[in-house]
Amino acid sequence: MAAKGEPLINSERCKGCGLCIANCPKNILEMSKEFNSDGVTFPTLNDEETCTACTFCATMCPENAIQIRRF
Amino acid sequence: MSKMTYAFPQSLSETRTHYCAGCGHGIVHKLIAQVLDELNIREKTLLVAPVGCSVLAYKYLNVDGLEAAHGRAPAVATGLKRVQKDKIVLSYQGDGDLLAIGAGETIHAANRGEDITVIFLNNAIYGMTGGQMAPTTMEGQKTLTSPQGRDIADVGSAMRACELIDTLEAPYYIERCSVHDVKNVNRTKNAIKRAIKYQVEGRGYSFVEILSMCPTNWGLDPVKSAKWIEEDMVPYYPLKKFRDKGEEA
Repeated sequence: MAAKGEPLINSERCKGCGLCIANCPKNILEMSKEFNSDGVTFPTLNDEETCTACTFCATMCPENAIQIRRF
Repeated sequence: MSKMTYAFPQSLSETRTHYCAGCGHGIVHKLIAQVLDELNIREKTLLVAPVGCSVLAYKYLNVDGLEAAHGRAPAVATGLKRVQKDKIVLSYQGDGDLLAIGAGETIHAANRGEDITVIFLNNAIYGMTGGQMAPTTMEGQKTLTSPQGRDIADVGSAMRACELIDTLEAPYYIERCSVHDVKNVNRTKNAIKRAIKYQVEGRGYSFVEILSMCPTNWGLDPVKSAKWIEEDMVPYYPLKKFRDKGEEA
């Protein structure tokens, strides 16, 4: 199945709360192995084919670090 | 062709917030910004920032406004609205501000039916000062000033703001929502939008209470905090529309 969209994750705004990961219905977000300049891990997309652009991750993000682009 | 279906709201500043990871204030700020964008009223909105964690709210929302002394936000909002009737006045407050030191101002502004919108963020604790007991702290909840858990025989039980305000005649719209999951964030946005729309139409006082996470002071991680709201707070603070005179009419 082709992806319907993708989250654009601004890792520098992220504080690593993980609410996006917990609320992703497809479980395709995971914490990064790297750190941003605050020393915080941030979400990354582990499956680019499955995103439905549902916006759940962006809706839960308190930092506005995620925007959604629909293809 | 691709398009942005969830973009950064124009009414929100790009300044990074000082809030802790997983704090609900960021979500609520974003919802307010989205609503101001959708109603196209950013230019005529005045935000009254409270004392508490959201004391710097004016830095994050691209609107004009004032900073009120602790608890006095509804009184300041009353003054602003009475002299500038064409402006949309929002009073953004936390639980310590709204129900402890500002309980008098809150009740009387509601009772007068001032044409303002109060957005009340209830996280059951004093956040900015480091996690002391608030009027909304749950029975048995441990805080710095209730290390054995809130003892209701000693300090009384948690106060429910919506129920209190619902006893008054004047308020036009009263709703309690939460930001612990996607469904409830969307409901919260609708409630904020309805409340502000009623003010745009000059209908009178609107009050939106929002249950929100305070992971740092609750001593839980953000995901567990969201769960705590669902399992512990929601049964005590029911999520519902208490009054909507616009719907009754």
